Amino acid sequence: MEHRSSWRLVVVALAVAGLVFPAMALAGAAKGTIKIATQSPLSGGQAALGEGIKLGAQLAIDQLKGPIEKLGFKVELVPYDDQAKPDVGVANAKNIIADKDILLVVGHLNSGVAIPSSEVYKDDNLAMISPANTNPVVTDRNLPNVNRVCGRDDIQGVVGAEFAKDLKVKTAYVIHDKTTYGQGVAEFFRDHAKKIGIEVVGFEGTEEKSNFDPIITPIKAKNPDLIYFGGIYDQAAPFFKQAREKGVKSKFLGPDGMESTDLVKIGGKAVVGMHYTTVAGPVTQYPKAKKYATDFKEKFKKDPEPFSAQAYDSAAMGLKAIEAAVKAAGGKIPTRGAVAAEVRKLKYAGLTGTIEFDAKGDPKKATYFVLQVVSEDPAKFGDNKLVKRLDIAAPPLKK
Amino acid sequence: MDTALLIAIFPQVLIDGLILGFMYALIALGYTMVYGVLEFINFAHSEIFVAGAFIGVEILLGLRGTGVLDSLPPFLVLALLLLAGMAASGLLAVTVERIAYRPLRGAPRLIPLISAIGVSFFLQDAIRLFESVWRNAFNLVYPTMDQLNIRFHLTETIDISVKSLVVMVAALLMLWALHLLVNRTKVGKAIRAVAEDQATASLMGINVNRMISLTFLIGGAMGGAAGVLFGIQYSLINPYTGFIPGIKAFTAAVLGGIGNIPGAMMGGLVLGLLEAFSASYMSLLTGGAFGAEYKDIFAFSILILILIFRPKGLLGEVVRERA
Repeated sequence: MEHRSSWRLVVVALAVAGLVFPAMALAGAAKGTIKIATQSPLSGGQAALGEGIKLGAQLAIDQLKGPIEKLGFKVELVPYDDQAKPDVGVANAKNIIADKDILLVVGHLNSGVAIPSSEVYKDDNLAMISPANTNPVVTDRNLPNVNRVCGRDDIQGVVGAEFAKDLKVKTAYVIHDKTTYGQGVAEFFRDHAKKIGIEVVGFEGTEEKSNFDPIITPIKAKNPDLIYFGGIYDQAAPFFKQAREKGVKSKFLGPDGMESTDLVKIGGKAVVGMHYTTVAGPVTQYPKAKKYATDFKEKFKKDPEPFSAQAYDSAAMGLKAIEAAVKAAGGKIPTRGAVAAEVRKLKYAGLTGTIEFDAKGDPKKATYFVLQVVSEDPAKFGDNKLVKRLDIAAPPLKK
Repeated sequence: MDTALLIAIFPQVLIDGLILGFMYALIALGYTMVYGVLEFINFAHSEIFVAGAFIGVEILLGLRGTGVLDSLPPFLVLALLLLAGMAASGLLAVTVERIAYRPLRGAPRLIPLISAIGVSFFLQDAIRLFESVWRNAFNLVYPTMDQLNIRFHLTETIDISVKSLVVMVAALLMLWALHLLVNRTKVGKAIRAVAEDQATASLMGINVNRMISLTFLIGGAMGGAAGVLFGIQYSLINPYTGFIPGIKAFTAAVLGGIGNIPGAMMGGLVLGLLEAFSASYMSLLTGGAFGAEYKDIFAFSILILILIFRPKGLLGEVVRERA
């Protein structure tokens, strides 16, 4: 009996669906589906940010897919989990390339994953818009399909060093996580710090995730005014916590990898008062993002993570480019190359400002922030104090 | 090179190394005991270690959630955590043995090894699944207990925290208790008999299966205690935390002579000290050319050297000759 009644339910549901949505279903069937992929870590220690990127893109697609649907296509998001690992990112990239419906990639979180993966996208000229990759190499390869909506580490490291100077720091100890991103930004920080007269008393890389004792001991003995951690919060936060517990009194500074509520969840009291530079300011810094923040909270029942708004803008720009490319192709599915070319032509007023790409895929002007952590309550991470806000143009391609 | 600095940090590095070493020693016991009895490497032991850490953090978070954490004396909480972690990990180890190893006991030696690797993956993802459903979290943080973070200053720059002392004392006590159990009690004698020769032991009226379960229980419990201590000391854990300490502890067991209980302790201490010294000193001694990131290469190079000259480990391998 039970079986029969559930069957009946299915039949009724199908009938209702058939009555209500016939036009949409027909339109979708007629012209096909356009897919937008996200690639970000959805599992592992950096999942908080990766999930934020996926949800930001999801929200943009849900809210802004109208124009493309009017042209007769269904628009779908396909999220991929790159696990913050280069090999997984590349394997996913190959799957993405194989799925001909995918016309755009929003991602990644980690530069070290984005760089090899984008080599795969390049083979088929698949457009990638990155919400978060700051390593210079991402765009300095001058690929026609790779873009980002955020700033670069060669500037971010300099902003960090200049800020250290503002803090009247005389000696600095630099730690990094040995990734493309972390080591990169740490080196830019170190080089500029030396240039402006800050003594760099140590430069150390580590892949350690739990026991930082042996690294902290020499730092404590050298007692630097400031410790700079080039890396990501899941490693930096326990390091800072253990350093404070061991009695290290230095000031802490880091790049945009610190930017997650997990920084304070893990670091607690130890990270309160520390500064970080970022290319993704808090939502409050973007006047146009207010509605987005409430929509996000309503839909996903949590506050947006940093880089979610950037992912929203990346996806929104992608949708614009696809729309233009579909029109140019006479209403048919455009080629991937055509979409990539349209992305470069955009001038888009997004949540995070007006974005326009230069010839190598950097935003012509990017915003850099210096923020200070104000509370050990993760819910108050969005209230972090803005110390500095700078708009800096992307450097030209070095020949 | 700054000689004064090198000397100044020496005692602190020694303390760091000892703490790490005791941690490795506790985990290494699980590998070495099982190997001593069954001649098989229980690669799932690193997850049994992590399970203890997770039980500890869940209890702490639960206590904090109900608001009683601050009103309880910290050492009572600590004892509770250790007991719970030991019980959970010990039982888990026994269960794993019953389900994944006992049915394969007659099989060629590689088969239970593969089974162990499978169990290891299974447990990692089971913990991850549970935590993501239960707390929607990947990394969990041990809540800070302020009394445990008090530091005793030996000199201006050298100090030691209460929790570091706790780790050392707890490890020493457990190792001593284990030593008594194995060498001074009837049960210990039975375990040793099973290790020597299972068939003969069973002829003498020893329940072999029960003794093997007991071995897993003790090894697992030591691993669970190490998990809780690891969490208290380093505070951040995730489902994959066990992998690296597990590999290191396994190495420590081999270094000390696998199957040899005092050897596991000694191997753990040697490895911990090597690691701490290479991480702290390498960059200072080489002027930054080789940094702390090479600590494992350095530590393992020394290890290979030791094993070249003492292939049976520092204290000698306990392997019976098979007729």
